Amino acid sequence: MIPGRNMKGTKKYWKGLEQLADNAEFKKHADKEFPEYLPIAGEDGPNRRDFLKMMGFSVAAVSLAACETPVKKAIPYVSKPASVDPSVPNYYASTYVSGSDALPVVVKTREGRPIYIDGNKLSKISGKGTSAQAQASVLSLYDKERLEGPMESGSSVSWDEIDSAIKKDLAAAGGKIAIVSNSIASPSTLSVIEKFKSVFPADHIMYDTMSLSGLTEAYEKAFGKKVLPVHEFGKAKTIVSFGADFLGTWPNHTYNNNEFAKTRRLSDTKKDMSRLYAFESNLSLTGANADYRQPIKASETGAYVASLYNAIASELGQPTVGGAKADSAILKKAAADLLASQGKAIVVCGSNDAKIQSIVVAINNLLGSYGSTIDVNKALNTRKGSDKQFEAFVKALNGGQVAGVIFINCNPVYDHPLGGQIASGLSKVKLSVSTSDRLDETASLVKYQTPDHHYLESWNDFEIVTGNYSLSQPTIKNIFNTRQVQDSLLTWSGESKSYYDIIQEYWTANIYPQASGFSSFISFWDKSLHDGFFEPAATEGDSPQANVDLSGISVSGKSDGIELVIYEKNSIGNGTQANNPWLQEMPDPITKATWDNYLTVSPKQAEEWGIKLGDMSTQKVNLTVGGTTVEVPVMPQPGQAYNTVGLALGYGRTKAGKVANNIGVNAYPFIASNGGSLAYSITSGVSVEPTGASYRIAQTQTHDTYMGRETVIQESILSEYKKDPQAGRHFPMISKANGEKVKPHAVSLWKGHEYPNHHWGLMIDLNSCTGCGSCTVACQSENNIPVVGKTEVLNRREMHWIRIDRYYSSDADEGNYAAMEKASENPEVTFQPMMCQQCNNAPCETVCPVAATTHSSEGLNQMTYNRCIGTRYCANNCPYKVRRFNWFKYHDNEQFADNTPMNNDLGKMVLNPDVTVRARGVMEKCTFCVQRIQYGKLEAKKEGRRPVDSDAVTACASACPSEALVFGDMKDPSSEISQRLKIKNSEKMVEAMEDRAYHVLEELRVMPNVWYLTKIRNKDEVKTVNGEA
Amino acid sequence: MSKASGFRPQILSFIILFVVSFATYSQEIPTDEAVISSGEALFKANCTQCHQVHKKVIGPALKGVTDRLETGYLLNWIRNSQKVIQGGDEYAVALYEEYNQVAMPSYPFSDDQILSLLAYVKAESANEPVQAAQPGAAAGGEVAAAGGDSIPSGYLTAILVVLVVVLLLILVVLVLIVSVLQRYLKEKKDLVEEDKEILDQKFDLLKLLKSDAVAGVVIFFFTAILLKTLIDGAFTIGVQQGYQPTQPIAFSHELHAGQYEIDCNYCHTGVRKAKSANIPSPNICMNCHSAIQNVGGEAGVSSEIAKIYAAVDYDPNTGQYGPDKKPIEWVRIHNLPDLAYFNHSQHVEVGGLECQTCHGPIEEMEVVYQYAPLTMGWCINCHRETEVNSKGNEYYSKLIELHEEHSKEPMVVEDIGGLECAKCHY
Repeated sequence: MIPGRNMKGTKKYWKGLEQLADNAEFKKHADKEFPEYLPIAGEDGPNRRDFLKMMGFSVAAVSLAACETPVKKAIPYVSKPASVDPSVPNYYASTYVSGSDALPVVVKTREGRPIYIDGNKLSKISGKGTSAQAQASVLSLYDKERLEGPMESGSSVSWDEIDSAIKKDLAAAGGKIAIVSNSIASPSTLSVIEKFKSVFPADHIMYDTMSLSGLTEAYEKAFGKKVLPVHEFGKAKTIVSFGADFLGTWPNHTYNNNEFAKTRRLSDTKKDMSRLYAFESNLSLTGANADYRQPIKASETGAYVASLYNAIASELGQPTVGGAKADSAILKKAAADLLASQGKAIVVCGSNDAKIQSIVVAINNLLGSYGSTIDVNKALNTRKGSDKQFEAFVKALNGGQVAGVIFINCNPVYDHPLGGQIASGLSKVKLSVSTSDRLDETASLVKYQTPDHHYLESWNDFEIVTGNYSLSQPTIKNIFNTRQVQDSLLTWSGESKSYYDIIQEYWTANIYPQASGFSSFISFWDKSLHDGFFEPAATEGDSPQANVDLSGISVSGKSDGIELVIYEKNSIGNGTQANNPWLQEMPDPITKATWDNYLTVSPKQAEEWGIKLGDMSTQKVNLTVGGTTVEVPVMPQPGQAYNTVGLALGYGRTKAGKVANNIGVNAYPFIASNGGSLAYSITSGVSVEPTGASYRIAQTQTHDTYMGRETVIQESILSEYKKDPQAGRHFPMISKANGEKVKPHAVSLWKGHEYPNHHWGLMIDLNSCTGCGSCTVACQSENNIPVVGKTEVLNRREMHWIRIDRYYSSDADEGNYAAMEKASENPEVTFQPMMCQQCNNAPCETVCPVAATTHSSEGLNQMTYNRCIGTRYCANNCPYKVRRFNWFKYHDNEQFADNTPMNNDLGKMVLNPDVTVRARGVMEKCTFCVQRIQYGKLEAKKEGRRPVDSDAVTACASACPSEALVFGDMKDPSSEISQRLKIKNSEKMVEAMEDRAYHVLEELRVMPNVWYLTKIRNKDEVKTVNGEA
Repeated sequence: MSKASGFRPQILSFIILFVVSFATYSQEIPTDEAVISSGEALFKANCTQCHQVHKKVIGPALKGVTDRLETGYLLNWIRNSQKVIQGGDEYAVALYEEYNQVAMPSYPFSDDQILSLLAYVKAESANEPVQAAQPGAAAGGEVAAAGGDSIPSGYLTAILVVLVVVLLLILVVLVLIVSVLQRYLKEKKDLVEEDKEILDQKFDLLKLLKSDAVAGVVIFFFTAILLKTLIDGAFTIGVQQGYQPTQPIAFSHELHAGQYEIDCNYCHTGVRKAKSANIPSPNICMNCHSAIQNVGGEAGVSSEIAKIYAAVDYDPNTGQYGPDKKPIEWVRIHNLPDLAYFNHSQHVEVGGLECQTCHGPIEEMEVVYQYAPLTMGWCINCHRETEVNSKGNEYYSKLIELHEEHSKEPMVVEDIGGLECAKCHY
């Protein structure tokens, strides 16, 4: 046989001569991919020495390889969009609407990624700043737990598949389809739903997680309009709130903050301010800002409201209402003030009881508020839900009368007290769809998940306030395979138009005719889209006459037992954004607690229950409401009405994502139904049983009275301020060697600095600051501040650069500690934003052994991370305790998985590319947003001019809805800060001639660049009027 | 993004056209020097992207165009070439096809402007094309470059060598004298004991080497050199000066920036307005390369240019773009660490620096390499020495005033806080 040919004579291939020759050695290895081993001379196999040799080689090879510069790629766009330049931010106007928040915003994008949310300063209804939740919403866009595409019965499908399946089910449903959503303020979305309803037999059911349907019912009765009218707190002189947290969690609170703060601002020309009374059970943000506050039991609300009405009505010769009475000196005072400021008064009530709200309407009517401070023609469209309608829906669902249900971006199984019934009722429907962005408590129970875009990926329009229209536009292409809910509805109703077309159609037909001065619709649209809103010129509509009929209304009195008052925190809100770690770690403005909800209890009661308290440690109790028991930790809360307990909504999520799941308890099931409307205060059937189990709540500031630290908080009352603008100021003097007393800055070891160019300063008006905390989140977002998680907060290692110190105080005599303790039952509250004070004589700078923290010629105390070796001397030497140390590597570290902005690829998209992500072992602190200063200066230089105020604004100042923070160049005499502080520049130092301006801890003569303005309360006298708390 | 916005219609497609029948008015092309130079400026600002006088680029070579065509026709053509083509002119259409249907944009020039343009083209046509400098020529230039007023380094070396030789000769002579003297003394018998001892003394090299002093000196120098080497070595860690990686496309700055003098800003669009200078996206390349498909007048598509087409999914035969786009993954050469903030616009737009200050002779680089060390010391040095470009910038006017009050030196970046940490680190 010829080699190379097989028997059949066909061609054969070989790899080499060995194979061709077919020798024995070749045959031996032929079947193996590798020869058995590479023989090392004289050895049978690798021994220890070879191992060492090989290891030595590999170590050397690895280190050599490591020396080589890693190759970095630079990948440009394939086709660069004309409007996008790498490293140049773009800004798009949009609108944030969720839960209690609804405000026009401006979205900052870098390279097509939204990275920061700012308030829309042009809009009249935005409140200039942002809320914490709106600020944090940009991180929710990059949440990895969002659904990545449509799903049917637990498996991923394509949009075409799911559309045809849903269409088939819709056609076969043969009954009513329920569309369930929260209040929808978008006129175009409502028109899409109407379209859907014209194709299928459907009902649209709206509900609100924090319902005000009792209030809207009362307005329906009085004005024939089911509305929540806009309250213009900016026009009010006297404001009385019965448990309505209009500064913290009520709808439109960002706007309210801005308006309220306007009335609190004092200057040489405006020495008058509004007065706020609060009657409430939990200490809310509104209560904390009240001039007079009285803790009352929730069951007393009716009696208090009725008594206020009677006091005013009897004075004005009107009929009074019957029922329980309340007797309170503060209430009498409030009545007198309200009568004195008729036409400039507002009374608000948080109760969801239509009866009580009717009395409130009657009071406002008597005081002439309608048409002056409350505009019934302007409704807030974010509270349109009807509790009665929703209850009927749940009944029908369980009765099998609902053929299909579509949940639009809502989660009633979690956030409605009837959630359990909805969960069980869902098995009775033929079609169930959810458009939630994640497999939440509701979405996980339905058949079809058709996830909606995030609002930053969507087109939408809103009519937050009647007649004020705003727009949302995509700031990024949808990250996941999601689709806008409106487009889904249009597809299912067989409509070929896109939602974008529908919006434009709606605007062409309904909104464009209201505009004037535009050549075409497109120019009108472009302008509206650029500004983010269309607000037609205000028309003075006649206020409708109220038809108040209080006959037959009688209020019930105080009940004896423990009452539960359910509230919202302004960080977590209704729990929609619970999986957002920025919000979880944001300290609650009042309790300063993070990562938890808890039962707020009056200190007296906690003592009675024998709760053992330690440093951030407390004990748990069993809370039983109508047969349901949960175990919750106790938070002794000064100001909490005795015999009431408070519990926050938004916690106890089970399917929100790994950040939020199983944090706290769910309070929604406790909400009671009272005559068809939801009652957030449960006045009977509540019992509390201490369990003795200890628990730790991570608080960033433990609660103490401020006990004589008068230089930190300097405050006075209005009458004193009118007499002497320096009222409440503290002037520390220090002694020289010869016994002479001088001002602290007169003696100094430092040589001082010269500031030839700029001298940046920050002014904080304690009178305007309401303590809302949106600055904290804004700073976190702007400066890439890590989230450290509950354990590290407990270890006092939170990283926030700006904190809001919350101080309690009372007028009790100093030294009389027993009286001060007693005062903690209803203390005064002061909020003080605290960040690096950028001292001119900075104590931190002098102790740094490596000069990592140095002074700049613009008055900044610079922190150089790459130079810092982590001795922490600076933090020890800082009198304000504002320096933060990176105890851990918070980025790319599995241990801090909750820190989503730094630990997954998607989350990292939110990071600000202009700010370094700090490494472990370095110190950090507030920089006065130096990246913004540098950017602003550069813009000015490029245009060949001096920078103006708007060129450089810190994130905190920009986010502040009450405009309490003013940032600027103290060297520029025309800047707002120079004007308001009346800055006098002299050699090497600046002085504020404003009488209210002071430095915290002035006696240390560190000469900060942060100035505080004294807090002035609108009280008549120093001693509190003793209520009957 | 529609692709149309990315691809600017091309300039000056063909001026070489025969005279058409419609009425034209004839004008004399001026020969005045001033007019020619203003035409030159106009030509360089508007035409050079597509035209050269002696060479075919995107559009045809313009040599002799004024002889071939009537002035009036050229005026019409430059103002609106499409109109001429759409007029159905046979030769115009043929040329339009020949040059890949790239339309020349309209230029709303005045008659005088166009005439000056043509004057320049006419004048330039008479000149012989300038030959590109031969690459070999540069090598010979080195000595001259080192020259100037100072003594050339070669002479210095020669002098040094001569000196060393002379010294060695002296040494040898001295050694010889010593040995002669020693021999003479040894022969002498009447020496005193002390002198004899000195004479008999043996020179022990080993002993000298083993002495503490020598060992000390050696150890000192050894340690010192070692330390110096280590420290110098440590300073080069992470310094990638000279880093010259191979790029996915053999793009030549020497050709584009050097030979064709394309403004840096044309491709690096961010350099005057942003932190990043921007690596151009392929749609910018396509502005020219939709027409220029090969180099050196060769036919077909060059393999390097084909890579651009692959990135934007462009078919040069049909002139159509497909959907299958892939970005080009360039290798990043200049890598600043994340902790340092550098903004191009601050330095180029505000500071008025040339790109070459930091990037070196980029217009001579066939393959780009990192010219500067990009170390902090290098940055700081420049900030110490560079005068602030404050002229006409109101931002600096007060600062300059203040500076001049107490200093006669020019105001450098350091004087206005240019060495402060938070200018670059945040």
